[in-house]
Amino acid sequence: MIYLDNSATTKPYQEVIDSFTQVSEKYYGNPSSIHRTGAEAEKLLLRARQQAAELLHVKEEEIVFTSGGTEGNNTAIKGIALAHQNRGRHIITSQVEHPSVLEACRGLEELGFSITYLPVNNQGLIDPAAVEAAITEETILISIMHVNNELGTIQPIEEIGKIAKQYPKLHFHVDHVQGFGKVPLSLPNSGIDLCTISGHKIHGLKGTGLLFSKKGTHLFPLMHGGGQEQSIRSGTENLAGTVSLVKAVRLILEEQKKQKKHLLEMKERLWTCLDKMKQVSINSPAGHAPHIINLSVPGYKPEVLIHALSEKGYYISTKSACSSKNQDVSSVLAACGKPEAISSSALRISLSYHTQQQEIEGFCKALDETLHQFSEVMG
Amino acid sequence: MHYEYILIRYGEIALKGKNRKIFTQKLQENVQSKVKDIPSIKVKRQRDRMYILLNGQDPEPIIERCRTIFGIHSLSKAIKVDNEEEQIKKAALFALQEAQGVKTFKVTTKRTDKEFPVRSQQFNQVLGGYLLKNTEGYTVDVHQPDMELRVEIRQDGTYITSQKILAAGGLPVGSSGKTLLLLSGGIDSPVAGYLTMKRGVQVEAVHFHSPPFTSERAKQKVFDLARQLTKYGHSIRIHVVPFTKLQQKVHQVIPHGYSMTVMRRMMMRISEQIASKEGILSLTTGESLGQVASQTMESMHAINEVTNYPVLRPLITMDKEDIIDVSQKIDTYDISIRPYEDCCTVFVPDAPKTMPRKEKVNQFEQAEDFSDLLAETLENVEIVTIDSQAKEEEFDALL
Repeated sequence: MIYLDNSATTKPYQEVIDSFTQVSEKYYGNPSSIHRTGAEAEKLLLRARQQAAELLHVKEEEIVFTSGGTEGNNTAIKGIALAHQNRGRHIITSQVEHPSVLEACRGLEELGFSITYLPVNNQGLIDPAAVEAAITEETILISIMHVNNELGTIQPIEEIGKIAKQYPKLHFHVDHVQGFGKVPLSLPNSGIDLCTISGHKIHGLKGTGLLFSKKGTHLFPLMHGGGQEQSIRSGTENLAGTVSLVKAVRLILEEQKKQKKHLLEMKERLWTCLDKMKQVSINSPAGHAPHIINLSVPGYKPEVLIHALSEKGYYISTKSACSSKNQDVSSVLAACGKPEAISSSALRISLSYHTQQQEIEGFCKALDETLHQFSEVMG
Repeated sequence: MHYEYILIRYGEIALKGKNRKIFTQKLQENVQSKVKDIPSIKVKRQRDRMYILLNGQDPEPIIERCRTIFGIHSLSKAIKVDNEEEQIKKAALFALQEAQGVKTFKVTTKRTDKEFPVRSQQFNQVLGGYLLKNTEGYTVDVHQPDMELRVEIRQDGTYITSQKILAAGGLPVGSSGKTLLLLSGGIDSPVAGYLTMKRGVQVEAVHFHSPPFTSERAKQKVFDLARQLTKYGHSIRIHVVPFTKLQQKVHQVIPHGYSMTVMRRMMMRISEQIASKEGILSLTTGESLGQVASQTMESMHAINEVTNYPVLRPLITMDKEDIIDVSQKIDTYDISIRPYEDCCTVFVPDAPKTMPRKEKVNQFEQAEDFSDLLAETLENVEIVTIDSQAKEEEFDALL
């Protein structure tokens, strides 16, 4: 099996799984219990938080452990909206965000918030000037993703951060789920107040993640209860999950340092061979995220291609896994102004640091064969 | 384009006359120890400034570490290029665009290499014009710029320094001797430690631990506080005093209104003994006048009677809010408010005397012989070293 769907989820590192089982077996105490087992669990939790803070160059109290990307995004967006609605009820986001951002915003619309969904250009890019132009007296939050999960487009987060910094009333949230570990983003002094990271996209486990919440940021919690995680995320801490997540964060950052070139090389190879296939048109902007290539084969139903490829042992996906069950047309590609023939026939190939050259070559061959095979029926 | 070195400007040391070398040497040691795990970089000292030669390392994390070193007034990243106009322009453009939060700038050129064809004043204009033409949104402000781009054209090359990043100020830790800090788990004592360190004092700590009345977590909290303080200086040795027996005895034999005063006196005696043994010449406490019963004028008078060591009380006139502000700034506040019992809260009598009389305290103490217990306590003091860079390894395999 050749797995090329790493933007949907990644295979956990063996070390991460080991950590999870060891912590589950040995440190099963509740970190809030007073006795020794509780104290040991708490100490491990503190140490995990400390390491996460060191790795991200932020403060320990700025780390909130969550159950993943969706929770992080919801906590940030609804948390800001509900805590600061007296200051204003306007939020700025984009048309190409992940469903966990878009749907959270739509939910807030039902509560009377007004949302600006910024358009993107044909590469999926947001114009920072448009962000600034959309800011009103009422704006309390800007939520923009770093790397687009379908296209791999890298948004100009630093520039938006500089803009956000000039409006003290504003909070800036970045959905960093696809970018973390692949595209660098500095959290300190960047104007970012909130940043979501998910475990299972970085070879960690599903159900783990963290939210960076800059010191002094006030959030209305989604979960009320025992006051864990600075009262932003009550509920008995998932210690094994948390420790395994922090390990994944460390490992992916190490790989990012060492394997950056390798990943880029793999993408280049893939790009070159796809570029040669005349039925294929590449949707991802050149030179963006090193792990995602989005392409369309107009006239071919993506689902059919995916099944045919998986029979040959190659696993890729249509748009994002989180929305692939909903409809045929990719709303991200539609937002980029792509014609329907393109936006309804999109495929996504996503790599990891472990992707090998022969896998890319095999995939290209398999895709080419499949296209030939179906050319008479569909093409 | 990359940064070649980090320029370190001295704070108050610059005012020191003939003793300056002692201070700068100390500072160099402190900087070196802060970056000792990065082997390729070098720390060079000159009379009025210091340089960290980066040898290809990313300057940001190094600056982040050095910002907390006392004795440093400010830091700047610097680029070195050949004395060649195009190269200087490109480097200046890089430095300007790379800086955060800059809208206005000015260029200051110093030309010691007189062979360089353009004069300093003129070059300021050439460079300023070039930068304005090749960027958007910046303006020149010669009076209060967000960033002063300094260009030094010397024989061996041109040095371009960017943004001044303010650092901790104060004096290099270790240049004003050593103190023994009475470190509880509360908000005040870490702040007291921080403030003495800022005046160049190296800190060791003493902590009174009373299991099972106080837990391992309370002790851990103190270690975590000390670890936070090491960011501003050296590793910190903590003398952990097993205080249970002595504390129970005091509780049993001293009338309750006076037990707190006597307990504090015991702490002072023990601390003085430790200081004396370690060659430390002063004690430091987090006392602030009027905050609690032990910190009234009468209490302090009675407590202070048992030592003739200087007791530094950097917080003595500070308001609680101001102390909290500092503790938040130095990231000890969130550790301090972890809710565990400490040895000062468990045995607090309902109504401690706010105005204890010295004669009475002596009378109560003399009715009982504490000397054996004091000696035993001192014998069992455990010393733990909290290193600024070493972390607890027990969980390393898991993380």
